[in-house]
Amino acid sequence: MTTEVGSESEVNKQAEQIGADAAQEKPDEEAPESQQNASSEPEEEKSPASPTAAVSKSSPRSQKKEKDPSESRGISRFIPPWLKKQKSYNLVEAKDGVERKEPTEAVVEEPVVEKDESLPEEGSVARGDTEEILERKRQEVRVDDKDEKHSVSSAETQPAKEDSKEIEVAKVEGIREDKQEGEAAKRETKEVQTTELKVEKVAQKAAKKIKTVPCKVTLLDGMEYSCDLEKRATGQVLFDKVCEQLNLLEKDYFGLLFQENNDQKSWLDPSKEIKKQVRNLPWIFTFNVKFYPPDPSQLTEDITRYFLCLQLRQDIASGRLPCSFVTHALLGSYTLQAELGDYDPEEHSSDYISEFQFAPNQTKEMEEKVIELHKTHRGLSPAQADSQFLENAKRLSMYGVDLHHAKDSEGVDIKLGVCANGLLIYKDRLRINRFAWPKILKISYKRSNFYIKVRPAELEQFESTIGFKLPNHRAAKRLWKVCVEHHTFYRLVSPEQPPKAKFLTLGSKFRYSGRTQAQTRQASTLIDRPAPYFERTSSKRVSRSLDGAPIGVMDQKDFSGPAGDVSVYGPGVAGQGVFQDGDGKREVRSPTKTPQLQFTTEGKKNSLRVEGENIYVRHSNLMLEDLDKTQDDILKHQASISELKRHFMESTPEPRPNEWEKRRITPLSQQTQGRKDHLFKMDILPVKEKQQIPAAPIVEEKAQETDKKRAPTSEGPCSGANDAVKSSHETLNVVEVKKQAEVGKEERVITEGVNENSSSSSSESEEEDVGEYRPHHRVTEGTIREEQEENEEDVEEEKEERASKVVQCVEAVPEASSVKQITVETVVQENVISQKVTGEKSLKEGYEQDMREETEEEHHKVNGEVPHVDIDVLPEIICCSEPPVVKTEMVTISDASQRTEISTKEVPIVQTETKTITYESPQIDGGAGGDAGTLLTAQTITSESVSTTTTTHITKTVKGGVSETRIEKRIVITGDADIDHDQALAQAIKEAKEQHPDMSVTRVVVHKETGVAEEEEEE
Amino acid sequence: MGTPGEGLGRCSHALIRGVPESLGKEREGVAVGIPPLDLAKAQREHGVLGGKLRQRLGLQLLELPPEEQLPLGPLLGDTAVVHGDTALITRPWSPARRPEVDGVRRALQDLGLRIVEIKDENATLDGTDVLFTGREFFVGLSKWTNHRGAEIVADTFRDFAVSTVPVSGPSHLRGLCGMGGPRTVVAGSSEAAQKAVRAMAALTDHPYASLTLPDDAAADCLFLRPGLPGASPFLLHRGGGDLPNSQEVLQKLPDVTLVPVSCSELEKAGAGLSSLCLVLSTRPHS
Repeated sequence: MTTEVGSESEVNKQAEQIGADAAQEKPDEEAPESQQNASSEPEEEKSPASPTAAVSKSSPRSQKKEKDPSESRGISRFIPPWLKKQKSYNLVEAKDGVERKEPTEAVVEEPVVEKDESLPEEGSVARGDTEEILERKRQEVRVDDKDEKHSVSSAETQPAKEDSKEIEVAKVEGIREDKQEGEAAKRETKEVQTTELKVEKVAQKAAKKIKTVPCKVTLLDGMEYSCDLEKRATGQVLFDKVCEQLNLLEKDYFGLLFQENNDQKSWLDPSKEIKKQVRNLPWIFTFNVKFYPPDPSQLTEDITRYFLCLQLRQDIASGRLPCSFVTHALLGSYTLQAELGDYDPEEHSSDYISEFQFAPNQTKEMEEKVIELHKTHRGLSPAQADSQFLENAKRLSMYGVDLHHAKDSEGVDIKLGVCANGLLIYKDRLRINRFAWPKILKISYKRSNFYIKVRPAELEQFESTIGFKLPNHRAAKRLWKVCVEHHTFYRLVSPEQPPKAKFLTLGSKFRYSGRTQAQTRQASTLIDRPAPYFERTSSKRVSRSLDGAPIGVMDQKDFSGPAGDVSVYGPGVAGQGVFQDGDGKREVRSPTKTPQLQFTTEGKKNSLRVEGENIYVRHSNLMLEDLDKTQDDILKHQASISELKRHFMESTPEPRPNEWEKRRITPLSQQTQGRKDHLFKMDILPVKEKQQIPAAPIVEEKAQETDKKRAPTSEGPCSGANDAVKSSHETLNVVEVKKQAEVGKEERVITEGVNENSSSSSSESEEEDVGEYRPHHRVTEGTIREEQEENEEDVEEEKEERASKVVQCVEAVPEASSVKQITVETVVQENVISQKVTGEKSLKEGYEQDMREETEEEHHKVNGEVPHVDIDVLPEIICCSEPPVVKTEMVTISDASQRTEISTKEVPIVQTETKTITYESPQIDGGAGGDAGTLLTAQTITSESVSTTTTTHITKTVKGGVSETRIEKRIVITGDADIDHDQALAQAIKEAKEQHPDMSVTRVVVHKETGVAEEEEEE
Repeated sequence: MGTPGEGLGRCSHALIRGVPESLGKEREGVAVGIPPLDLAKAQREHGVLGGKLRQRLGLQLLELPPEEQLPLGPLLGDTAVVHGDTALITRPWSPARRPEVDGVRRALQDLGLRIVEIKDENATLDGTDVLFTGREFFVGLSKWTNHRGAEIVADTFRDFAVSTVPVSGPSHLRGLCGMGGPRTVVAGSSEAAQKAVRAMAALTDHPYASLTLPDDAAADCLFLRPGLPGASPFLLHRGGGDLPNSQEVLQKLPDVTLVPVSCSELEKAGAGLSSLCLVLSTRPHS
């Protein structure tokens, strides 16, 4: 996902939310259009309001946009070039005015601007561009559509839809009505189509000459690197070029920043095309440290440390990295030593120092102190001085902390600091809270809200979700991304696979794609080259480039310097300096500079294309409701969440599921309390239908009912609060389900009827609005505990866990559904219906699509019945062998016949083996409703390595005509604390998956004991 | 800045202030509510403390003269937060105690420290609500210290993380916990103390060992490393006469020489070891 997507949706949001802004914007938008084609105006006005009142604003706009492209295209055929040109002047001017007026709202203006800029193109180019615009417009429309919370219809209708779209291009008039009628139904179609269109377009473009874009990167020493990049180059291409230029091998700590419209800087995603991320021309970046190495001495090369020093000098001089007076002086003195060498009273006159900036407000006293300290560093080589510098700088409390302004749930200004260890919360300069990565279960954002879900504190019973309000949606997303990246970089051994782009995806697919710190360290050990020579240059002094050409000093913040500033940085830079005019704005304004305008258009279009790749499903009314909430509502939600939390904490510590738990356990309650069944069914059905049928408001109500009913079932003391909290929770959970799937954590595939349904409904949340990331600590120490707490938070406190801990995570897909069948007639009905209605599609759709088709297949096999694959039956069962009895109930989720057996109390410490057996039978039988499979074959293989013993047990059974192969691996990892058990487990799971790619992991059982860990995995 | 944690307890000087006779008299003004104490005993305790600081620990001892109008003057730990070459002169919560800072400021200035003043009238800060662990600061938000006061601590010692710790009950943060070593937090066993320790554990980036003592007051100890770098450290703590139950646990602290002192009489006036003396190093970067 790219930032652009976010902005688009944001645009609409803003339009809705900020009435004034939207109003202001509209004239601008419409004016050009009316100029462009007067005849189109009446039609625009005619265009009826969108179906729902809430969306009325965005809907007309979208239609208008859709119309525009075709208009412009049609027009372009007839209007003479000069006319077009003239128009472009006007439009561009308008844009400039707008920007000045409201720099912060620049995003809103984007579409207009883009469109305008495309106009100046002539001849065939013009045609191509208009098509691009059209394309883009279409995508915008789609985005808008999303804002209208219409449910999505089945994909089958799409072809027809597509056609109509194509037609639309040719005949503007006829289609308009069509569109309005069938808009809701079409929505999904459009999405699907988009991809194809894209392909066409790309092909079309290839026919044209390859375009390049001038690109400038301000380096850490203040010099500038220029090159021309192919228009469709990814961020990685540029980054590699820069690193090559810098002769930097340990480059994973670095990144490229670009300025967003709102003066905020964002990291360029290397895996994506630049043009999709950077909207403004020219492409201007700064090369910066992205991940500050916690221990710079572990860097392999001096040159890497040098660049880190340069970054830190900037950070310190700008005040981003606060230092005491003494530290300013000390670090400054190391800088002098590194840059100038030993203090030389003859060479270094008293003012030699003033050309350096050591602190935001540098005093004479400080300079004197710096000189005094400089004298004491005699004999330190530049590299040594850098090392000393870093040794001191790394201990600064704000070293490597990326600060983001936010407000807490009470509206108090705070700052969120993302760092290697986790998330820090500051009020003023004070740290008021801290969430280490292992403590964070989930990170998500929704609109301008940012949420973290944290595991319970030592004496607390329940997880809590903490919400923060960011200044805007982009900020929330930026923060979320930074969190995802930092967590991955510092805590994981290898990055997670980004979620595959499957049919239906919700939330952001963003994942950190670079190397993790562990990987980059590993890679660094392979560096085998003589220490490269590099020239140190003070960032604030005029210096010489490597090839001796004079280089202007660049102000870091102002990139539009005079042409003389364009750097001729070094030899071997392809196409350097092509972009001679540093003032990008002026160029854009000038109508004769076609290429640039074109680039803009292009970039825009492509950024929209990204949206096309992220397919949204929007058919949840729950989500709709949530999305439509005013800020106040959201804050209220947050407040009620914290109220809920408080409530929990104050209430008796009687084991009690939290909001999420409740949902998951619901089927259980259904089962045990038959009287509720029909309620349950009633609730479920509509929700199911939602997946298929354009959602009606009623559905939403039902869904809410479901929640309301559920709350009492679980007997929380706070059921009253549930409703208030619900919707936000819902969203998070839902997304969570998907993420889990993406992550591939089998045990995490925890879904349960209602939860699932709501998930499918919330899946419509536009991807931009909801981002979700689950820092799952595969490698880190928290993993197991995390699971445990998540699912049976009531059981015990961490202290106890430490001593001895047995966790069983079972994914009981078949059981739950069978439970329904067995115990409740109505539920069976529900299954049937869902089967009919959903079929395979519902499986994928409402479900975590990319979640695991494999797994689903597997389940089919296991159950021998289609309905069981139904989404709503993937409860996670966790069994803890420790005394607390609560477990029993959760286990009950499994098959009714098995229940009695299982629920017989687990004796405190049970052998993992035993437990495994206990769980196996329900899982096998569950789907068939008591039809025990026939054992065909069984074999056991044992292998040993230094610290692990692997026992593989393969059984083949036939049941209900379906054969099932079950591979059970028991891996015993023994060793002292030196062994990273989590890593070993992760490795084992990975290996198992590789060995049996066609199978899926359905259960992972981990048994840990103090000093000894025994981990078992079952496939 | 030195090696993290190694800076803890580096000291060359200790500053104390004599016990005025007013402390033993009828309570009035600020000292209202404090039970009458045995002035002679209090002065004796104070004298012994000074002696230990000078002779046992080898610190240069500066003793400010008592001032009768400042009965709580001996508790000068509340009047300044000293780290490295910087002394933050506090703004005690009790207005009656604010004049106490003047003498301390002068003394610290004479020792060559950089003096930072609190100018914000909304800030209150008692020095004994500040715990420096060698790596970071914790500021107890107690009855005496407010957020603004804590913020000024953060502003003064910018190299370090400064975290706030809610302190419940009638204690200062230092009355509940202290440092038993560069990586060891000692804390009392009261609910308030344990809560504070948990809060600190959640806020810190650094792992500390934690040692729980039966008495909260025993946790108010001073880890001191006088003399040259590498010299063996001392732990100045309340002795067996004061707090017999905690002595055994204190023995568990590794690598420190225990130096017991008594201040049970002064304790009645709210004093603890951290408030009775200010230790500092005039060569913080050596």
